[in-house]
Amino acid sequence: MTPLLQTWQVTLRYLRVIARQPAFLGIALVQPIIWLLLFGALFKAVTQIPGFQGSSYVDYLTPGVVVMLAVSSAGWTGMGFIEDINSGVMDRMLASPVWRGALNLGSVAQAVIQILVQTVLIVLLALALGAHYANGLGGVLILMLVAALLGAAFASLSNGLAVLARQRETLIGAVTLVLLPLTFLSSALMQESLVPGWISTVATFNPVNWAVEAGRSATLSEIDWGLVAGRVGLLAGLVLLSTWFATRAFGTYQRSL
Amino acid sequence: MTRTVFDHTSAIEAHGLVKTYPGDVRALDGVDLTVASGTVFGLLGPNGAGKSTTVKILTTLSRPDAGGASVAGRDVLAEPVAVRHAIGVVGQKHGTDPDATGRENLVVQGSFYGLTGGELKRRAAESLERFGLASAADRRVKTYSGGMQRRLDVALGLIHRPQVLFLDEPTTGLDPEARAEMWGEIERLARQEGMTILLTTHYLEEADRLASQLAIVDRGRIVARGTPDELKSELQGDTIQVELADGDGVAARAALELVTAARDVTLDGSTLRARAQDGGAAVPAVLAALEAHGIRAAAVTLARPSLDDVYLRYAGRAFQQADTEGQEATP
Repeated sequence: MTPLLQTWQVTLRYLRVIARQPAFLGIALVQPIIWLLLFGALFKAVTQIPGFQGSSYVDYLTPGVVVMLAVSSAGWTGMGFIEDINSGVMDRMLASPVWRGALNLGSVAQAVIQILVQTVLIVLLALALGAHYANGLGGVLILMLVAALLGAAFASLSNGLAVLARQRETLIGAVTLVLLPLTFLSSALMQESLVPGWISTVATFNPVNWAVEAGRSATLSEIDWGLVAGRVGLLAGLVLLSTWFATRAFGTYQRSL
Repeated sequence: MTRTVFDHTSAIEAHGLVKTYPGDVRALDGVDLTVASGTVFGLLGPNGAGKSTTVKILTTLSRPDAGGASVAGRDVLAEPVAVRHAIGVVGQKHGTDPDATGRENLVVQGSFYGLTGGELKRRAAESLERFGLASAADRRVKTYSGGMQRRLDVALGLIHRPQVLFLDEPTTGLDPEARAEMWGEIERLARQEGMTILLTTHYLEEADRLASQLAIVDRGRIVARGTPDELKSELQGDTIQVELADGDGVAARAALELVTAARDVTLDGSTLRARAQDGGAAVPAVLAALEAHGIRAAAVTLARPSLDDVYLRYAGRAFQQADTEGQEATP
Protein backbone atom coordinates (compact mmCIF):
# COMPACT_ATOMS: atom_id res chain seq x y z
CA MET A 1 0.00 0.00 0.00
CA THR A 2 2.76 2.42 0.95
CA PRO A 3 4.52 2.26 -2.46
CA LEU A 4 1.22 3.10 -4.17
CA LEU A 5 0.52 6.03 -1.84
CA GLN A 6 4.05 7.31 -2.36
CA THR A 7 3.63 7.05 -6.14
CA TRP A 8 0.37 8.97 -5.89
CA GLN A 9 1.99 11.74 -3.82
CA VAL A 10 4.76 12.08 -6.41
CA THR A 11 2.16 12.17 -9.20
CA LEU A 12 0.27 14.92 -7.40
CA ARG A 13 3.49 16.82 -6.94
CA TYR A 14 4.25 16.93 -10.66
CA LEU A 15 0.62 17.56 -11.63
CA ARG A 16 0.63 20.58 -9.32
CA VAL A 17 3.76 21.94 -10.99
CA ILE A 18 2.01 21.77 -14.37
CA ALA A 19 -1.34 23.03 -13.17
CA ARG A 20 0.29 26.09 -11.61
CA GLN A 21 2.05 27.14 -14.79
CA PRO A 22 -0.71 28.60 -16.95
CA ALA A 23 1.67 29.14 -19.88
CA PHE A 24 2.67 25.49 -19.94
CA LEU A 25 -0.93 24.39 -19.59
CA GLY A 26 -1.96 26.61 -22.47
CA ILE A 27 0.79 25.32 -24.73
CA ALA A 28 0.01 21.70 -23.89
CA LEU A 29 -3.62 22.26 -24.85
CA VAL A 30 -3.01 24.35 -27.98
CA GLN A 31 -0.31 22.08 -29.37
CA PRO A 32 -2.66 19.19 -30.32
CA ILE A 33 -4.93 21.62 -32.13
CA ILE A 34 -2.09 23.15 -34.11
CA TRP A 35 -0.63 19.78 -35.03
CA LEU A 36 -3.89 18.35 -36.24
CA LEU A 37 -4.82 21.43 -38.27
CA LEU A 38 -1.30 21.98 -39.60
CA PHE A 39 -0.53 18.42 -40.63
CA GLY A 40 -4.07 18.01 -41.89
CA ALA A 41 -3.66 20.99 -44.22
CA LEU A 42 -0.09 20.17 -45.20
CA PHE A 43 -0.66 16.55 -46.18
CA LYS A 44 -4.22 16.84 -47.41
CA ALA A 45 -3.10 16.00 -50.95
CA VAL A 46 -1.67 12.67 -49.78
CA THR A 47 -5.02 11.03 -50.47
CA GLN A 48 -4.58 11.89 -54.14
CA ILE A 49 -1.39 9.81 -54.41
CA PRO A 50 -2.09 6.63 -56.35
CA GLY A 51 -1.98 3.72 -53.96
CA PHE A 52 -3.35 5.56 -50.91
CA GLN A 53 -6.03 3.45 -49.32
CA GLY A 54 -9.09 5.20 -47.98
CA SER A 55 -10.25 8.66 -48.81
CA SER A 56 -10.17 10.73 -45.62
CA TYR A 57 -6.81 12.06 -44.51
CA VAL A 58 -8.26 13.23 -41.16
CA ASP A 59 -9.27 9.64 -40.41
CA TYR A 60 -5.80 8.51 -41.34
CA LEU A 61 -3.92 11.32 -39.58
CA THR A 62 -5.71 11.35 -36.19
CA PRO A 63 -4.02 8.27 -34.70
CA GLY A 64 -0.70 9.50 -36.11
CA VAL A 65 -0.99 12.88 -34.40
CA VAL A 66 -2.10 11.24 -31.13
CA VAL A 67 1.00 9.05 -31.13
CA MET A 68 3.36 11.85 -32.19
CA LEU A 69 2.10 14.02 -29.39
CA ALA A 70 2.39 11.18 -26.87
CA VAL A 71 6.04 10.55 -27.67
CA SER A 72 6.90 14.24 -27.77
CA SER A 73 5.18 15.08 -24.45
CA ALA A 74 6.76 12.06 -22.81
CA GLY A 75 10.22 12.93 -24.09
CA TRP A 76 10.39 16.08 -21.98
CA THR A 77 9.32 14.37 -18.73
CA GLY A 78 12.93 14.15 -17.50
CA MET A 79 13.14 17.94 -17.28
CA GLY A 80 11.31 17.70 -13.95
CA PHE A 81 14.04 15.46 -12.53
CA ILE A 82 16.75 17.83 -13.72
CA GLU A 83 14.95 20.67 -11.92
CA ASP A 84 14.81 18.49 -8.81
CA ILE A 85 18.51 17.64 -9.02
CA ASN A 86 19.46 21.30 -9.38
CA SER A 87 17.19 22.48 -6.58
CA GLY A 88 18.27 19.84 -4.06
CA VAL A 89 14.83 18.18 -3.97
CA MET A 90 16.24 15.02 -5.57
CA ASP A 91 18.86 14.57 -2.86
CA ARG A 92 16.25 15.11 -0.17
CA MET A 93 14.00 12.48 -1.74
CA LEU A 94 16.87 10.00 -2.13
CA ALA A 95 17.94 10.48 1.49
CA SER A 96 14.44 9.37 2.52
CA PRO A 97 13.29 5.74 2.51
CA VAL A 98 10.87 6.39 -0.36
CA TRP A 99 10.57 3.52 -2.80
CA ARG A 100 12.75 4.54 -5.79
CA GLY A 101 10.17 3.15 -8.18
CA ALA A 102 7.64 5.66 -6.85
CA LEU A 103 9.81 8.60 -7.88
CA ASN A 104 9.86 7.42 -11.49
CA LEU A 105 6.33 6.04 -11.68
CA GLY A 106 4.85 9.17 -10.12
CA SER A 107 6.46 11.28 -12.78
CA VAL A 108 5.44 8.81 -15.50
CA ALA A 109 1.85 8.87 -14.27
CA GLN A 110 1.79 12.65 -14.57
CA ALA A 111 3.05 12.37 -18.17
CA VAL A 112 0.45 9.73 -19.00
CA ILE A 113 -2.39 11.80 -17.53
CA GLN A 114 -1.26 14.76 -19.62
CA ILE A 115 -1.09 12.59 -22.74
CA LEU A 116 -4.57 11.17 -22.16
CA VAL A 117 -6.04 14.66 -21.83
CA GLN A 118 -4.31 15.71 -25.03
CA THR A 119 -5.53 12.56 -26.79
CA VAL A 120 -9.15 13.21 -25.84
CA LEU A 121 -8.74 16.73 -27.18
CA ILE A 122 -7.40 15.51 -30.52
CA VAL A 123 -10.06 12.85 -30.85
CA LEU A 124 -12.85 15.38 -30.23
CA LEU A 125 -11.34 17.98 -32.51
CA ALA A 126 -10.91 15.44 -35.31
CA LEU A 127 -14.52 14.42 -34.81
CA ALA A 128 -15.50 18.06 -35.32
CA LEU A 129 -13.39 18.08 -38.49
CA GLY A 130 -15.38 15.15 -39.80
CA ALA A 131 -13.26 12.20 -38.71
CA HIS A 132 -14.98 8.89 -38.50
CA TYR A 133 -14.01 6.24 -35.93
CA ALA A 134 -14.84 2.88 -37.47
CA ASN A 135 -14.99 1.05 -34.14
CA GLY A 136 -16.59 3.73 -32.04
CA LEU A 137 -15.57 4.29 -28.43
CA GLY A 138 -13.88 0.89 -28.12
CA GLY A 139 -11.44 1.76 -30.90
CA VAL A 140 -10.74 5.16 -29.36
CA LEU A 141 -10.01 3.50 -26.00
CA ILE A 142 -7.46 1.23 -27.68
CA LEU A 143 -5.87 4.30 -29.27
CA MET A 144 -5.68 5.87 -25.81
CA LEU A 145 -4.14 2.70 -24.40
CA VAL A 146 -1.32 2.58 -26.95
CA ALA A 147 -0.68 6.32 -26.54
CA ALA A 148 -0.43 5.81 -22.78
CA LEU A 149 1.92 2.82 -23.12
CA LEU A 150 4.17 4.60 -25.59
CA GLY A 151 4.13 7.72 -23.41
CA ALA A 152 4.98 5.70 -20.28
CA ALA A 153 7.93 4.03 -22.02
CA PHE A 154 9.39 7.28 -23.30
CA ALA A 155 8.73 9.12 -20.03
CA SER A 156 10.78 6.49 -18.18
CA LEU A 157 13.55 6.67 -20.78
CA SER A 158 13.59 10.44 -20.45
CA ASN A 159 13.69 10.23 -16.64
CA GLY A 160 16.52 7.70 -16.68
CA LEU A 161 18.52 9.79 -19.11
CA ALA A 162 17.88 12.93 -17.06
CA VAL A 163 19.15 11.32 -13.86
CA LEU A 164 22.25 9.99 -15.60
CA ALA A 165 23.10 13.14 -17.57
CA ARG A 166 21.85 15.71 -14.99
CA GLN A 167 22.12 18.42 -17.62
CA ARG A 168 19.29 20.19 -19.35
CA GLU A 169 21.30 20.55 -22.55
CA THR A 170 21.95 16.82 -22.84
CA LEU A 171 18.29 15.95 -22.48
CA ILE A 172 17.17 18.66 -24.90
CA GLY A 173 19.75 17.43 -27.41
CA ALA A 174 18.73 13.81 -27.06
CA VAL A 175 15.00 14.50 -27.37
CA THR A 176 15.38 16.74 -30.42
CA LEU A 177 17.71 14.24 -32.02
CA VAL A 178 15.36 11.29 -31.57
CA LEU A 179 11.91 12.81 -31.97
CA LEU A 180 11.71 13.62 -35.68
CA PRO A 181 13.41 10.45 -36.99
CA LEU A 182 11.14 8.31 -34.79
CA THR A 183 8.12 10.09 -36.21
CA PHE A 184 9.17 10.06 -39.85
CA LEU A 185 10.46 6.48 -39.71
CA SER A 186 6.90 5.43 -38.98
CA SER A 187 3.59 5.49 -40.74
CA ALA A 188 2.36 8.37 -38.56
CA LEU A 189 1.94 10.69 -41.52
CA MET A 190 2.36 8.49 -44.57
CA GLN A 191 1.06 5.07 -45.50
CA GLU A 192 3.70 2.38 -45.34
CA SER A 193 2.99 1.31 -48.93
CA LEU A 194 4.04 4.78 -50.08
CA VAL A 195 7.44 5.02 -48.34
CA PRO A 196 10.80 3.57 -49.49
CA GLY A 197 11.36 -0.05 -48.56
CA TRP A 198 14.19 0.60 -46.10
CA ILE A 199 12.03 2.98 -44.10
CA SER A 200 9.32 0.41 -43.83
CA THR A 201 11.96 -2.10 -42.62
CA VAL A 202 13.26 0.29 -39.98
CA ALA A 203 9.69 1.11 -38.96
CA THR A 204 9.19 -2.53 -37.96
CA PHE A 205 11.53 -1.90 -35.02
CA ASN A 206 10.22 1.56 -34.20
CA PRO A 207 8.03 1.72 -31.06
CA VAL A 208 6.32 4.81 -32.45
CA ASN A 209 5.25 2.75 -35.44
CA TRP A 210 3.98 -0.06 -33.19
CA ALA A 211 1.68 2.45 -31.51
CA VAL A 212 0.60 4.05 -34.80
CA GLU A 213 -0.27 0.68 -36.37
CA ALA A 214 -2.26 -0.51 -33.38
CA GLY A 215 -4.03 2.84 -33.00
CA ARG A 216 -4.88 3.00 -36.67
CA SER A 217 -6.12 -0.56 -36.77
CA ALA A 218 -8.41 0.27 -33.86
CA THR A 219 -9.91 3.40 -35.38
CA LEU A 220 -9.71 3.20 -39.18
CA SER A 221 -11.40 0.01 -40.23
CA GLU A 222 -12.17 -3.40 -38.80
CA ILE A 223 -9.87 -4.18 -35.85
CA ASP A 224 -7.05 -6.62 -36.55
CA TRP A 225 -6.97 -8.10 -33.03
CA GLY A 226 -3.82 -10.10 -33.70
CA LEU A 227 -1.93 -6.99 -34.76
CA VAL A 228 -3.29 -4.91 -31.86
CA ALA A 229 -2.42 -7.57 -29.28
CA GLY A 230 1.07 -8.02 -30.72
CA ARG A 231 1.85 -4.30 -30.76
CA VAL A 232 0.36 -3.74 -27.29
CA GLY A 233 2.51 -6.62 -26.04
CA LEU A 234 5.66 -5.09 -27.54
CA LEU A 235 4.83 -1.69 -26.04
CA ALA A 236 4.14 -3.24 -22.63
CA GLY A 237 7.51 -4.97 -22.79
CA LEU A 238 9.17 -1.68 -23.59
CA VAL A 239 7.40 -0.03 -20.63
CA LEU A 240 8.78 -2.70 -18.29
CA LEU A 241 12.29 -2.36 -19.69
CA SER A 242 12.35 1.43 -19.54
CA THR A 243 10.86 1.47 -16.02
CA TRP A 244 13.63 -0.86 -14.89
CA PHE A 245 16.22 1.39 -16.53
CA ALA A 246 14.85 4.57 -14.92
CA THR A 247 14.66 3.01 -11.46
CA ARG A 248 18.21 1.67 -11.77
CA ALA A 249 19.47 5.09 -12.84
CA PHE A 250 18.97 6.42 -9.29
CA GLY A 251 21.59 3.96 -8.05
CA THR A 252 24.07 5.09 -10.69
CA TYR A 253 23.35 8.71 -9.82
CA GLN A 254 23.99 8.05 -6.12
CA ARG A 255 27.27 6.28 -6.85
CA SER A 256 28.49 9.43 -8.57
CA LEU A 257 27.65 11.70 -5.62
CA MET B 1 7.29 2.84 19.40
CA THR B 2 9.57 3.94 22.19
CA ARG B 3 13.07 5.10 21.66
CA THR B 4 15.76 4.50 24.20
CA VAL B 5 18.64 6.90 24.36
CA PHE B 6 21.67 5.63 26.21
CA ASP B 7 23.94 8.29 27.49
CA HIS B 8 27.18 6.95 26.21
CA THR B 9 26.27 5.03 23.11
CA SER B 10 27.37 6.64 19.94
CA ALA B 11 24.73 7.69 17.45
CA ILE B 12 27.26 7.98 14.64
CA GLU B 13 30.44 5.97 14.10
CA ALA B 14 32.62 6.30 11.06
CA HIS B 15 36.01 4.82 10.41
CA GLY B 16 38.52 5.30 7.63
CA LEU B 17 36.16 6.99 5.17
CA VAL B 18 37.82 7.54 1.82
CA LYS B 19 36.14 9.06 -1.19
CA THR B 20 37.78 9.94 -4.48
CA TYR B 21 36.07 11.71 -7.34
CA PRO B 22 36.98 11.44 -11.02
CA GLY B 23 40.06 13.48 -11.83
CA ASP B 24 41.82 12.12 -8.75
CA VAL B 25 40.14 14.53 -6.38
CA ARG B 26 40.51 13.00 -2.94
CA ALA B 27 37.53 14.47 -1.10
CA LEU B 28 37.96 12.27 1.97
CA ASP B 29 41.25 10.82 3.02
CA GLY B 30 40.51 8.63 6.03
CA VAL B 31 37.87 10.25 8.22
CA ASP B 32 37.05 8.78 11.65
CA LEU B 33 34.17 10.11 13.69
CA THR B 34 32.30 9.22 16.86
CA VAL B 35 29.25 11.19 17.87
CA ALA B 36 27.65 10.46 21.23
CA SER B 37 23.86 10.18 21.44
CA GLY B 38 22.09 13.37 22.37
CA THR B 39 24.94 15.71 21.53
CA VAL B 40 25.48 18.38 18.91
CA PHE B 41 28.57 17.57 16.90
CA GLY B 42 30.12 20.23 14.71
CA LEU B 43 32.09 19.43 11.60
CA LEU B 44 34.00 22.60 10.94
CA GLY B 45 36.07 23.40 7.89
CA PRO B 46 36.44 25.63 4.88
CA ASN B 47 34.70 25.10 1.54
CA GLY B 48 35.80 21.91 -0.15
CA ALA B 49 37.27 20.39 3.01
CA GLY B 50 35.08 17.28 2.79
CA LYS B 51 32.23 18.13 5.16
CA SER B 52 29.42 17.63 2.67
CA THR B 53 30.95 14.44 1.31
CA THR B 54 31.04 13.05 4.85
CA VAL B 55 27.37 13.95 5.34
CA LYS B 56 26.41 12.38 1.99
CA ILE B 57 28.02 9.10 3.02
CA LEU B 58 26.51 9.11 6.52
CA THR B 59 23.05 9.84 5.09
CA THR B 60 23.33 6.95 2.54
CA LEU B 61 23.25 9.32 -0.44
CA SER B 62 26.76 8.38 -1.45
CA ARG B 63 29.06 5.42 -0.82
CA PRO B 64 32.67 5.59 0.37
CA ASP B 65 35.48 3.98 -1.66
CA ALA B 66 36.85 2.59 1.61
CA GLY B 67 35.86 2.58 5.26
CA GLY B 68 32.45 2.23 6.82
CA ALA B 69 29.97 3.88 9.12
CA SER B 70 26.96 3.23 11.26
CA VAL B 71 24.21 5.67 12.13
CA ALA B 72 21.65 5.00 14.87
CA GLY B 73 23.19 1.56 15.23
CA ARG B 74 22.65 0.58 11.58
CA ASP B 75 25.31 0.08 8.94
CA VAL B 76 25.00 2.72 6.21
CA LEU B 77 26.23 0.33 3.52
CA ALA B 78 24.39 -2.85 4.54
CA GLU B 79 21.13 -1.36 5.82
CA PRO B 80 20.64 1.97 4.05
CA VAL B 81 16.84 1.85 4.28
CA ALA B 82 16.92 1.37 8.05
CA VAL B 83 19.34 4.28 8.35
CA ARG B 84 17.09 6.47 6.17
CA HIS B 85 14.15 5.80 8.49
CA ALA B 86 16.18 6.84 11.52
CA ILE B 87 17.68 10.07 10.22
CA GLY B 88 16.55 13.49 9.13
CA VAL B 89 18.57 15.33 6.52
CA VAL B 90 18.65 19.04 5.82
CA GLY B 91 20.88 19.52 2.84
CA GLN B 92 23.01 22.46 1.87
CA LYS B 93 20.75 23.39 -1.05
CA HIS B 94 17.11 24.20 -0.54
CA GLY B 95 15.29 20.92 -0.76
CA THR B 96 11.88 22.55 -0.98
CA ASP B 97 9.58 22.38 -3.96
CA PRO B 98 8.98 26.03 -4.96
CA ASP B 99 5.71 25.35 -6.82
CA ALA B 100 4.09 23.58 -3.88
CA THR B 101 2.83 25.13 -0.65
CA GLY B 102 4.58 24.56 2.64
CA ARG B 103 1.86 22.13 3.67
CA GLU B 104 2.07 20.19 0.41
CA ASN B 105 5.83 19.89 0.78
CA LEU B 106 5.40 18.40 4.24
CA VAL B 107 2.67 15.97 3.18
CA VAL B 108 4.74 14.59 0.28
CA GLN B 109 7.78 14.26 2.54
CA GLY B 110 5.78 12.54 5.30
CA SER B 111 4.39 10.01 2.84
CA PHE B 112 7.98 9.04 1.98
CA TYR B 113 8.40 7.92 5.59
CA GLY B 114 5.22 5.87 5.57
CA LEU B 115 2.96 8.40 7.26
CA THR B 116 -0.60 8.34 5.95
CA GLY B 117 -4.07 9.79 6.37
CA GLY B 118 -4.99 11.77 9.47
CA GLU B 119 -1.62 11.18 11.14
CA LEU B 120 0.15 12.68 8.13
CA LYS B 121 -2.14 15.72 8.08
CA ARG B 122 -1.75 16.25 11.81
CA ARG B 123 2.05 16.05 11.68
CA ALA B 124 2.20 18.50 8.79
CA ALA B 125 0.01 20.99 10.67
CA GLU B 126 2.09 20.59 13.85
CA SER B 127 5.33 21.18 11.95
CA LEU B 128 3.96 24.32 10.33
CA GLU B 129 2.84 25.62 13.70
CA ARG B 130 6.11 24.82 15.39
CA PHE B 131 8.29 26.49 12.78
CA GLY B 132 6.17 29.62 12.62
CA LEU B 133 4.85 28.85 9.15
CA ALA B 134 1.19 28.29 10.02
CA SER B 135 0.04 31.56 8.45
CA ALA B 136 2.03 30.83 5.27
CA ALA B 137 1.08 27.14 5.19
CA ASP B 138 -1.02 27.34 2.04
CA ARG B 139 1.16 29.78 0.15
CA ARG B 140 3.58 28.58 -2.48
CA VAL B 141 7.13 28.21 -1.21
CA LYS B 142 8.50 30.47 -3.95
CA THR B 143 6.88 33.38 -2.09
CA TYR B 144 8.71 32.52 1.18
CA SER B 145 11.68 34.51 2.48
CA GLY B 146 15.07 32.78 2.73
CA GLY B 147 14.63 32.27 6.46
CA MET B 148 11.15 30.76 6.01
CA GLN B 149 12.41 28.37 3.33
CA ARG B 150 15.22 27.28 5.62
CA ARG B 151 12.76 26.68 8.47
CA LEU B 152 10.63 24.60 6.12
CA ASP B 153 13.76 22.64 5.17
CA VAL B 154 14.31 21.80 8.83
CA ALA B 155 10.61 20.97 9.29
CA LEU B 156 10.87 18.54 6.36
CA GLY B 157 13.87 16.89 7.98
CA LEU B 158 12.00 16.43 11.25
CA ILE B 159 8.51 15.33 10.14
CA HIS B 160 9.16 11.65 10.93
CA ARG B 161 10.81 12.45 14.29
CA PRO B 162 14.26 11.11 13.49
CA GLN B 163 16.81 10.01 16.08
CA VAL B 164 19.70 11.71 14.32
CA LEU B 165 19.51 14.98 12.43
CA PHE B 166 22.05 16.06 9.81
CA LEU B 167 22.28 19.77 9.11
CA ASP B 168 24.59 20.61 6.23
CA GLU B 169 25.48 24.30 6.56
CA PRO B 170 22.08 25.25 7.96
CA THR B 171 22.69 28.98 8.08
CA THR B 172 24.68 29.62 4.92
CA GLY B 173 23.08 32.45 2.99
CA LEU B 174 20.79 33.54 5.82
CA ASP B 175 20.65 37.12 7.06
CA PRO B 176 21.81 37.68 10.66
CA GLU B 177 18.28 37.68 12.07
CA ALA B 178 17.31 34.42 10.38
CA ARG B 179 20.63 32.93 11.45
CA ALA B 180 20.01 33.79 15.08
CA GLU B 181 16.54 32.21 14.83
CA MET B 182 18.00 29.04 13.36
CA TRP B 183 20.61 28.84 16.09
CA GLY B 184 17.86 29.12 18.69
CA GLU B 185 15.90 26.32 17.03
CA ILE B 186 18.94 24.02 16.88
CA GLU B 187 19.72 24.68 20.54
CA ARG B 188 16.12 23.91 21.44
CA LEU B 189 16.17 20.60 19.53
CA ALA B 190 19.33 19.56 21.29
CA ARG B 191 18.34 20.64 24.77
CA GLN B 192 14.65 19.81 24.95
CA GLU B 193 14.43 16.81 22.67
CA GLY B 194 17.85 15.30 23.29
CA MET B 195 18.29 14.81 19.59
CA THR B 196 21.67 13.89 18.18
CA ILE B 197 22.66 16.53 15.66
CA LEU B 198 25.55 16.52 13.26
CA LEU B 199 26.08 19.98 11.93
CA THR B 200 28.53 21.12 9.30
CA THR B 201 29.50 24.72 9.13
CA HIS B 202 32.18 26.98 7.88
CA TYR B 203 31.32 29.64 10.39
CA LEU B 204 33.67 29.42 13.34
CA GLU B 205 31.29 31.29 15.64
CA GLU B 206 28.47 28.92 14.75
CA ALA B 207 30.50 25.85 15.68
CA ASP B 208 31.65 27.56 18.86
CA ARG B 209 28.11 28.42 19.91
CA LEU B 210 26.20 25.26 19.00
CA ALA B 211 28.49 22.27 19.12
CA SER B 212 29.50 20.47 22.27
CA GLN B 213 32.04 18.43 20.30
CA LEU B 214 33.96 19.60 17.28
CA ALA B 215 36.09 18.14 14.57
CA ILE B 216 38.08 20.38 12.30
CA VAL B 217 38.28 19.08 8.75
CA ASP B 218 40.90 20.17 6.28
CA ARG B 219 41.64 18.64 2.88
CA GLY B 220 39.65 15.48 3.56
CA ARG B 221 41.17 14.77 6.97
CA ILE B 222 40.21 15.54 10.53
CA VAL B 223 43.03 17.65 11.89
CA ALA B 224 41.74 18.31 15.39
CA ARG B 225 38.86 17.28 17.66
CA GLY B 226 37.52 18.05 21.11
CA THR B 227 35.15 20.47 22.79
CA PRO B 228 35.47 24.07 21.58
CA ASP B 229 37.05 25.00 24.91
CA GLU B 230 39.50 22.09 24.83
CA LEU B 231 40.61 23.05 21.37
CA LYS B 232 41.05 26.64 22.37
CA SER B 233 42.90 25.85 25.58
CA GLU B 234 45.38 23.74 23.63
CA LEU B 235 46.63 27.05 22.36
CA GLN B 236 47.96 27.60 25.88
CA GLY B 237 45.86 30.35 27.24
CA ASP B 238 44.80 33.84 26.38
CA THR B 239 46.51 36.58 24.47
CA ILE B 240 47.37 39.78 26.33
CA GLN B 241 47.97 42.70 24.04
CA VAL B 242 49.45 45.96 25.35
CA GLU B 243 49.57 49.15 23.31
CA LEU B 244 52.47 51.25 24.60
CA ALA B 245 51.78 54.97 24.99
CA ASP B 246 55.43 55.94 24.67
CA GLY B 247 58.86 54.87 25.76
CA ASP B 248 61.20 52.06 25.01
CA GLY B 249 59.55 48.97 23.53
CA VAL B 250 62.60 46.80 24.07
CA ALA B 251 62.78 47.76 27.74
CA ALA B 252 59.07 47.02 28.06
CA ARG B 253 59.55 43.58 26.55
CA ALA B 254 62.40 42.90 28.97
CA ALA B 255 60.16 43.94 31.85
CA LEU B 256 57.36 41.62 30.71
CA GLU B 257 59.68 38.68 30.33
CA LEU B 258 60.26 38.83 34.08
CA VAL B 259 56.55 38.32 34.78
CA THR B 260 56.18 34.59 35.42
CA ALA B 261 52.51 34.43 34.36
CA ALA B 262 53.29 35.79 30.87
CA ARG B 263 54.96 33.73 28.15
CA ASP B 264 55.90 34.11 24.49
CA VAL B 265 56.39 37.85 24.72
CA THR B 266 56.66 39.47 21.31
CA LEU B 267 57.08 43.10 20.26
CA ASP B 268 55.60 44.45 17.08
CA GLY B 269 56.17 48.23 16.75
CA SER B 270 54.50 49.65 19.83
CA THR B 271 52.40 46.54 20.45
CA LEU B 272 53.45 43.96 22.98
CA ARG B 273 51.87 40.51 22.97
CA ALA B 274 52.14 37.76 25.52
CA ARG B 275 50.33 34.54 26.28
CA ALA B 276 49.01 33.66 29.70
CA GLN B 277 47.25 30.58 31.04
CA ASP B 278 44.74 32.78 32.78
CA GLY B 279 44.82 36.17 31.11
CA GLY B 280 42.55 37.90 33.60
CA ALA B 281 44.80 36.99 36.51
CA ALA B 282 47.98 37.95 34.66
CA VAL B 283 46.95 41.46 33.60
CA PRO B 284 47.58 43.16 37.01
CA ALA B 285 51.07 41.64 37.19
CA VAL B 286 51.82 42.79 33.64
CA LEU B 287 50.68 46.33 34.37
CA ALA B 288 52.63 46.43 37.64
CA ALA B 289 55.82 45.30 35.91
CA LEU B 290 55.47 47.98 33.25
CA GLU B 291 54.77 50.66 35.83
CA ALA B 292 57.82 49.61 37.88
CA HIS B 293 59.92 50.37 34.78
CA GLY B 294 58.18 53.69 34.16
CA ILE B 295 56.41 52.55 31.00
CA ARG B 296 52.85 53.72 30.31
CA ALA B 297 50.32 51.51 28.64
CA ALA B 298 47.73 53.22 26.39
CA ALA B 299 45.48 50.17 26.18
CA VAL B 300 45.36 46.57 27.30
CA THR B 301 43.21 43.98 25.58
CA LEU B 302 42.66 40.41 26.51
CA ALA B 303 41.56 37.83 23.92
CA ARG B 304 40.43 34.27 24.42
CA PRO B 305 41.82 32.24 21.54
CA SER B 306 39.24 31.89 18.80
CA LEU B 307 38.58 28.85 16.66
CA ASP B 308 40.27 30.89 13.96
CA ASP B 309 43.51 30.53 15.92
CA VAL B 310 42.81 26.83 16.42
CA TYR B 311 42.27 26.37 12.73
CA LEU B 312 45.44 28.28 11.91
CA ARG B 313 47.41 26.10 14.24
CA TYR B 314 46.13 22.72 12.99
CA ALA B 315 45.67 23.40 9.31
CA GLY B 316 48.73 25.59 9.04
CA ARG B 317 46.87 28.29 7.14
CA ALA B 318 44.32 30.93 7.94
CA PHE B 319 40.68 29.90 7.66
CA GLN B 320 39.73 32.73 5.29
CA GLN B 321 42.47 31.80 2.89
CA ALA B 322 41.57 28.09 2.93
CA ASP B 323 37.94 28.99 2.41
CA THR B 324 38.69 31.06 -0.66
CA GLU B 325 40.93 28.32 -2.09
CA GLY B 326 38.23 25.73 -1.49
CA GLN B 327 35.64 27.92 -3.15
CA GLU B 328 37.78 28.23 -6.24
CA ALA B 329 38.49 24.51 -6.34
CA THR B 330 34.86 23.36 -6.07
CA PRO B 331 32.83 23.84 -9.22
